Amino acid sequence: MAESDNIVVETAEKIFADLADPQTINNDKKDSWQAPLWQALSEAGLPLSWVPDDLGGPGASLADGFALLNAAGRFAVAVPLAETMLAGWLLAQAKIASPEGEMTVLPASPRDRITLDADGALSGRCRGVPFAKAAQHFAVLAHGKDGVSIALVDASKSRIESGLNVGYDHSDTVTLAEVQPVTLKAAPKGVDQTNLMLMGGVARSLQIAGALESMLDISVRYSNERVAFEKKISKFQAVQHNLARLAGESAAALAAATSAADAIANATSFNDEVYLEAASAKIRCAEAAEKGGGIAHQVHGAIGFTIEHILHRYSLRALAWRDDFGSESHWAVELGKLVARRGADELWPLVASR
Amino acid sequence: MTAALRFDPIRLPEKCEQLRKEVRAFLAEEIAAGTFDPHKPNREDTDAPEFSRRVGAKGWLGMTWPKKYGGQERSFLERYVVTEEMRVANAPTRRFFVADRQSGPVLLKYAPENIKMDILPRICRGEICFAIGMSEPNSGSDLFAAKTRATKTEGGYLINGTKIWTSSAHIADYMIAIFRTSPPTRENRRHGLTQFLVKMKQPGIKVNPIGQITGQYEFNEVVFTDFFVPEDHVLGEVDGAWKQATSELAYERSGPERFLETYYVLTELVRAVGPNPDTRSAEGIGRLVAQLHTMRRMSVSVAGMLHAGKEPVVEASIVKDIGTVWEQQLPHRVRDLAAFVEETATNRETLERQLDFAIKTAPKLTIQGGTTEVLRGIIARGLGLR
Repeated sequence: MAESDNIVVETAEKIFADLADPQTINNDKKDSWQAPLWQALSEAGLPLSWVPDDLGGPGASLADGFALLNAAGRFAVAVPLAETMLAGWLLAQAKIASPEGEMTVLPASPRDRITLDADGALSGRCRGVPFAKAAQHFAVLAHGKDGVSIALVDASKSRIESGLNVGYDHSDTVTLAEVQPVTLKAAPKGVDQTNLMLMGGVARSLQIAGALESMLDISVRYSNERVAFEKKISKFQAVQHNLARLAGESAAALAAATSAADAIANATSFNDEVYLEAASAKIRCAEAAEKGGGIAHQVHGAIGFTIEHILHRYSLRALAWRDDFGSESHWAVELGKLVARRGADELWPLVASR
Repeated sequence: MTAALRFDPIRLPEKCEQLRKEVRAFLAEEIAAGTFDPHKPNREDTDAPEFSRRVGAKGWLGMTWPKKYGGQERSFLERYVVTEEMRVANAPTRRFFVADRQSGPVLLKYAPENIKMDILPRICRGEICFAIGMSEPNSGSDLFAAKTRATKTEGGYLINGTKIWTSSAHIADYMIAIFRTSPPTRENRRHGLTQFLVKMKQPGIKVNPIGQITGQYEFNEVVFTDFFVPEDHVLGEVDGAWKQATSELAYERSGPERFLETYYVLTELVRAVGPNPDTRSAEGIGRLVAQLHTMRRMSVSVAGMLHAGKEPVVEASIVKDIGTVWEQQLPHRVRDLAAFVEETATNRETLERQLDFAIKTAPKLTIQGGTTEVLRGIIARGLGLR
């Protein structure tokens, strides 16, 4: 585990270690761990990390919040922490105060769209909304004839078709049919659906990177315990090379995700350079989730395929996170178009921009 | 354990960006003057001694070294910028690249003062070329199986044996080589090799060119016959080269040259597909750019660690493993994506010529400077598996 280097991460890691231990959670068939974990996180103010003081949050920096999401990934935390943080961030962009309780954001995919009509009502259908079922409120980005707006919506006003992603977490379809929001404000310049997706994508990238760090940890540990053909499997060169590749995938994911987080935390706008960072992070982390997770399973053999073992808590969640806020295919196409539009001789200046 | 594998996001300082502008302007002038063609990837054919001197005159060789040896005492991050800009432009760096990256730092650390004062300033001026004598006909990745002997004699050593796959030996003024001074011991098979500075172009050294599958002749067989090396050309501890070899690996393995070797085909692909690519091309380019960007950020991060005085051997090995596999696959991916490029694309011929060369170059990229297998062994050791 990476050393915690700030108080937000330190606080979160302590809570995760006490209340989100993957083995304990995995043994708990009744999900009784969820309420105490959420309560502890809320009492520490973590779900509203990105909400400033005057809007009801602790006002942590973007950088600290991103580091917190990376830590959450290392524990494969399965409560709407990232979603509530993103919702709080989105609402804060329009100076809307965050309520207590779980939230998530709409839309959660670049392909879906919420529209705002002349009466101030919101309509639209959003698929793959993480933790919609658990949320009391939605932070909504909507398109009206005057441009982009941000709204706080009472979740009970929506229709939710519940579903599960490949990681067994809620990923639901939410339909708003002329829903009157609790609060509605115009989005400030520079906040649009693309940028919301990039923010969400970087959050997911950090979670995937964290999950890969843990997959590497437990795979190395397992290979040093498991004996086959009369020696530890870690002594077989084929296994060593697989684990070296997993280390590479984990490192690449972490590098891409933390670089994108750093770029956003220090940017004044979502320019091409930030776009490159954020889109690349989502693409590369999604690729690493597939390649790295595959190796972690290969090293574990059959035991890693059982529901009793904790590996799937990381491997499946990392795969599921690929789908949220734009898949790697989506971002690859968009990034490819951006690169083509800028032209061949502007590719290197973009890559070497920081 | 995994805490060691951190790639912190380094932001290049402002002075690096100023330097980058200077390097780009310089390279643009050189291209305009006809020194080299940036679209021609086989720059290794080109030995460009005058260009080398002009780069030296800019202060871009040995730029991190102490001023008293001709260096500029600038940072690794600044050197990084110079290196990547040269590489992306396909500049003819063959004559100075090894000396600047590797040989100079070895001399700085292990050579006696008189040799440092003699040689380092000449590297900085771009006047001399270095080769590295590691592999032998029967020892490649297994470096410590080297047999070429250095036998003690009056005032120095006599060298007998053969080095092979030695890049640039045919133009090099010096070689830094490892020779066997003692047999290995039962406890330590790596014992008994010593690092030496060898002055090339002298009787007793015969350089035989070896043709490569690209059609080039840039590596060689180097045969030593009773070749005399004076005592003060021993670099570091006699019999202890194995202790010295590893710390340099981080410099050798993490640089931008470890993923930019075939980069030119990606630029040319972007040019060929034009401003409105179809979905297939756009996705292919997007993925390649995301992968490239990630590797560069990892590589810059390692440069930051070197700058901070660390020895990120495992991190550097990861960069070279991922980077060289990527640059090896790149021409094939670009070929896939270029399959439906319009016949009328203006740069079609350039792209095809580049692909032809890049596809032939690709196999060596995961072999030179530490094979993928060796790198994964180093990473595995870093993970505590061996």
